[in-house]
Amino acid sequence: MTITVNEKPRTVRSAPDTPLLYVLTDELQVQGPRFGCGLSQCGSCSVLVNGVETRSCVTPVSRVEGKSVTTLEGLPAFYAGKEKLAQTPALHPLQQAVIDEQALQCGYCYNGMIVKGVELLSKTPHPTDTQIRAAMDGHLCRCGTYPRMMKAIQRAARAMSGGVK
Amino acid sequence: MSSMPRRAFLKAGGALVIGFNVTGFSFAQEAPGSLNRPPVAGPPDQKLIDTWIAIHADNTATVFVGFVELGQGASTALLQIAADELDLDMSQVSSVRLDTHLTPNQGATVSSASIDRGGPQIRAAAAEARQALLIMASQRLGAPVEQLRVAKGIVSVAGAATRSTTYGDLLGDRRFNVPFTGSAPQKPVGQYTIVGTSVPRRDLPDKVRGTYTYVQDVRLPGMLHGRVVRPRGQGSYADGAKVVAVDAASIADIPGARVVRQRDFVGIVATNEWDAVRAARQLKVTWNLPASLSGDADLFDRMRASKTTDTVISERGDVAASLAGAAHTVRATYRAPYQAHAPFGPSCAVVDATADPARVLCSSQSVYGTRDKIAAVLGVPAARVRVEYYEGAGCFGRSCYDDAAQAAAIMSKEVGRPVRMQFMRADEHGWDNYGPPHLADVRAGVDAAGKIVGYEYQGWQHVWSTIETSQQLALGTPAAESADGTSRNLNKVTLGSMYDIPNLRLVNHRVPGVDGYLKASNLRSPLDLSFAFASEQTIDELARMAGIDPVEFRRRNVVDPRWLGVLDAVTRAANWTPRTAAPGAVRSRDANTATGRGVALGTHLVSYGAAVADIRVNRKTGEIVATHLYGALDAGLAVNPAFVENQISGQLIQAASRMLKEEVRFTGTGVTSLDWNSYPILRFAEHPDVTTIVVQRPDERSTGAGEEILAAAAAAIANAFFDATGKRLRQFPLTPTRVMAALRA
Repeated sequence: MTITVNEKPRTVRSAPDTPLLYVLTDELQVQGPRFGCGLSQCGSCSVLVNGVETRSCVTPVSRVEGKSVTTLEGLPAFYAGKEKLAQTPALHPLQQAVIDEQALQCGYCYNGMIVKGVELLSKTPHPTDTQIRAAMDGHLCRCGTYPRMMKAIQRAARAMSGGVK
Repeated sequence: MSSMPRRAFLKAGGALVIGFNVTGFSFAQEAPGSLNRPPVAGPPDQKLIDTWIAIHADNTATVFVGFVELGQGASTALLQIAADELDLDMSQVSSVRLDTHLTPNQGATVSSASIDRGGPQIRAAAAEARQALLIMASQRLGAPVEQLRVAKGIVSVAGAATRSTTYGDLLGDRRFNVPFTGSAPQKPVGQYTIVGTSVPRRDLPDKVRGTYTYVQDVRLPGMLHGRVVRPRGQGSYADGAKVVAVDAASIADIPGARVVRQRDFVGIVATNEWDAVRAARQLKVTWNLPASLSGDADLFDRMRASKTTDTVISERGDVAASLAGAAHTVRATYRAPYQAHAPFGPSCAVVDATADPARVLCSSQSVYGTRDKIAAVLGVPAARVRVEYYEGAGCFGRSCYDDAAQAAAIMSKEVGRPVRMQFMRADEHGWDNYGPPHLADVRAGVDAAGKIVGYEYQGWQHVWSTIETSQQLALGTPAAESADGTSRNLNKVTLGSMYDIPNLRLVNHRVPGVDGYLKASNLRSPLDLSFAFASEQTIDELARMAGIDPVEFRRRNVVDPRWLGVLDAVTRAANWTPRTAAPGAVRSRDANTATGRGVALGTHLVSYGAAVADIRVNRKTGEIVATHLYGALDAGLAVNPAFVENQISGQLIQAASRMLKEEVRFTGTGVTSLDWNSYPILRFAEHPDVTTIVVQRPDERSTGAGEEILAAAAAAIANAFFDATGKRLRQFPLTPTRVMAALRA
């Protein structure tokens, strides 16, 4: 079976019913998505499938055949493609905003937060606080980084619209 | 093992593959220059400077830190202390992975000790290293030490800048060979240039890029994936879980998976991780599960009825007499549940028990503590176990990390291969060492002038379980508990110490935790939320009875200007106005909604915390929303104020979660809170705005900031509920069911 991960076609040998998460982490050695619950409750395993945030822990790999999977590692290129940039930046603006806000503590939830946040900003470039809260609600954090992640999304929205950082 | 490559790891894709024979240092970026020391079973001699500091030829330094990074920023903050004292830039200092064969034993990363206890050690070692370097420079440059100046590791003679040398030239990768006496003069606080500033976290860029190696990312060549097989949710700690039968044929259709069994320890190993996961789910095991728990509904009755060991923790004056003469008295019983650590990523460890020393790559709050626990299950001396630290998801105390490491070790030994074992969500939630429950009877009195005259607190709780489940199952080691001690008994700092109370009595009722209870251990700011929930509501009630604004009441009664400092700081930030109107008077436009505001003080063992909470109560559904939380923390000289702010922010959110949502539910046979639906935590859409205030005290020693504002924030929420509704909630979490019952009462 061939799946496209971060714009590269990858041939995988895992059984078709294997959750995408295990294919990514074990077979393709992608480190962004992480196991959190295996139940689609927490969001730490999130990836984009054709630009839509998807829980890889409960998605059989066969379901993404022929689709485009973007992981944390591919977010800068995903952004460059969407914005038609000549060069892929080192970081997606939301990643930079997370550093600028020093938003993380342990950082384990961050993969899901950033993937969901990128999806939100790709659809809603100027989200209101209410829209951010609603969009991010499926992503849990145990360290309590919600307020800073909120600020990071607001900051990235400003940066992406060319406003003051 | 001999003549190993010092660094032999290779990156494949993004995952880290670590060679079998690596005994050196896995990460080049963490160890610039040669460390010039072979790995040796530790802990290394703390009385040598070389144990703490290495100077490299490129004029950089490695600082050997014994505290782990848990997302709190300690790994950066301790380097700030070292850099300042060594006169180096932050770019010139780095640390290495904690390793029982390399780094000193500074004790466990608990009780907010990294900065409080570890900071002075690191500072003293750096000062003594600098002193030794200056003595060498003095000889090299032919000038007395007093005339030498240092900047960025360049030593020059005052007034003759061309006469200079560098740390790297003086010592480059050779050993100091000088004792660490702790007597070297240290910089006065006024000369700090790095301590007290908000340098960014060092671990963040890699975490943001996805290149940070968490323990869950570690792989060893030839390893198998392991999963444990246990009943869904633990039963009574003392009873453990007993296997009646294992039906290995039940996983016959998963040829890559095999059962690993040692007594009552059951696990699965497989080459393919998904095979291990589904085989562990599918394996049929019959367990003997005695119904020896109380169930959560009857927990507090059982605690009160149990044969306790009673200790008077503090006593002064005559509480009974003082209450008899008081203008107003209050008396109430409070209840607090078991709560889970529930790290966001389940515990994981990779162990190669076939190596000598056995290699253990894991997350832990104490690599030396974990080493002893691994040695116990492998049946080898501790010196034949090497533990290397990899960060996991935030653990907030002793979660399941040692249990997971033991499980990996047991499986690796059994199958003769390295094993990577990761818990599933239900294992982590269901087999945690929970924060223990608490029951309190409190009574107190106030005089006509608003002065607290008497205070008695009687508290029931059990202490911490010491034997991990994997060891209990595999070796049959009986359940055991830790000795009494700080954080396990009533905390006299949290309970009333902030107030001037002439008559006070604290009585600890130790409940036997091996008598039909769950496993328990330290959960962030152990029991302080429970203590403050009861104690600060009591103080609040006294204020209300005396007709005094709760902030003003606390001002009149606090003993220490530092408590006053945080109280003033937080109430100023919140724009506090006196709450003398009848509680429940302030309604929003919507008649079904009540809003309220509360204040509280609290801490863990050191530092000073104060919080204000704004909440909204839906009178129809009973739902409470924390809308804005304010926290002010005085942790002495904040080494990195931005880290302290981040800690305050996280604690405010976690306090709301623990106060409003979290409770471990269980029946007579076992825990039923096994995932995020059955153990809900505060969600993104529910999070309050936060205002964080660091009360910087340059002349006070630096103390902990990782758990010192939880208690105040939790109690402020409870007090806000009274302000909103005129009712007291005396059991948390403050769920809609409890709110509705209180509103109807």
